[in-house]
Amino acid sequence: MSKQYKLIRCRINGKEREAMIDVRASLTDLLRNDFRLTSVKKGCEVGECGACNVLINGECFNSCIYLAIWADGKDILTLEGLEGPDGELSDIQQAFIDEAAVQCGFCTPGAIMSAVEILNEGRELSDEEIRIRMSGHLCRCTGYENIFRAVKKTMLARLAAAEKNK
Amino acid sequence: MYDIKALYEAESVEDAIRLLQEHPQAQIIAGGSDVLVQIREGKRAGVELVSIYGIDALRGVCYDEEGAIRIGSLTSFSHIAADPIIREQIPVLGEAVSLVGGPQIRNIGTIGGNTCNGVTSADSASTLFAWDAIVELTGPEGIRHLPIREFYIKAGVVDLKPAEVQTAILIPKSSYEGYFGNYIKYAMREAMDIANLGCSVNVALSEDRKVIRDARIAYGVAGPVPMRTPSAEALAKGQELSEETIGKVARAVLQDIHPRDSWRAAKAFREHIAVEIAKRALRQSILLGGGVIRE
Ligand code: FES
Ligand code: FES
Repeated sequence: MSKQYKLIRCRINGKEREAMIDVRASLTDLLRNDFRLTSVKKGCEVGECGACNVLINGECFNSCIYLAIWADGKDILTLEGLEGPDGELSDIQQAFIDEAAVQCGFCTPGAIMSAVEILNEGRELSDEEIRIRMSGHLCRCTGYENIFRAVKKTMLARLAAAEKNK
Repeated sequence: MYDIKALYEAESVEDAIRLLQEHPQAQIIAGGSDVLVQIREGKRAGVELVSIYGIDALRGVCYDEEGAIRIGSLTSFSHIAADPIIREQIPVLGEAVSLVGGPQIRNIGTIGGNTCNGVTSADSASTLFAWDAIVELTGPEGIRHLPIREFYIKAGVVDLKPAEVQTAILIPKSSYEGYFGNYIKYAMREAMDIANLGCSVNVALSEDRKVIRDARIAYGVAGPVPMRTPSAEALAKGQELSEETIGKVARAVLQDIHPRDSWRAAKAFREHIAVEIAKRALRQSILLGGGVIRE
């Protein structure tokens, strides 16, 4: 059978994009190869490690087990979409650095995107809830406690800032 | 790139049926968290797929005209867990599906995919068995309804006829009204793990909350397909709420279930756990129903 392609249109990190893609591609393939968004890592490629995690319409998905064709019409956010206009780091990225939650860094982009999903809820999660919500990420450097601290710290800082601005 | 021979995207249920008729070799892909992984493993390499993931009409939870809870087959686990109807009427289903995989898997995984795989360890399955769920299947000849117990034929095989699509799962009003449930998953890890054993219990109490009016006990991984425990359920009916009753009913499940030895756990161990989690789930269901358990 000849190769099958599909034209998809989606929003990636706030920009409208278009691509002609091979229907066999995963969303990881699309983001890395077509758009050079290399924060999206290829780890296990079977949906177990979370290294390829991105937000689609605000929810976390492992892009390695998400067909690229399904991205049509969706709003996708990768780690690259977090940086400020002059390349500044976002608060959650800075917190990962400050808490030494980054060691080799391979799991970091995926883990941060799960943190973003949590932070976007704008409410205070219990420690237990944070751990559950971050449980879809394997860190071979085993920095789990530091990752947890970075997420919690950022959540509390954002809530305090929102309180002040009331 | 996935090793896929051809992929057809369905825009509606009718479209899916037509595509499945045109391509009889094609397999259905919903969220893909099992199908795509199997393709990676080489098990289904070179398949033709009909994707139904884009059919939004199959998403969401609502009541139907008869008051049954209707769960669209493509509703994700995380949406089921967060749904107000589920939380009010059958919170145990939300709790059960919150134990599937990890958070990202719960966003992509669908209840229809979970049941159509026919896997005994599916966290949703034992709970759906306990609720006497009805599976809605739509095919070239129209719609048919099947009790979930008949939908599962054997390990990995469900009653899905050629060109048929599972479109919804229904929980009849008579099976949820007045019932309280609890699900216990026994696994080695708390996340990203498959159940060694799962037990889902529903209990309805008498009006004075002194005796068990009805009990439904279902297991996953206790046999090749999820199963109910008729002997234990018959024994439970009309019994007073006491630790003795709970113990007796829980032990009776061994007349009905047939766990096996596997590398995950030994048969004797599974039997021991089966009784213990039945006790706990019974106790919890009774307490949720407002019952008081005598020592
Ligand atoms: S690379 Fe996608 S989950 Fe591991
Ligand atoms: S920092 Fe190395 S895998 Fe997590």
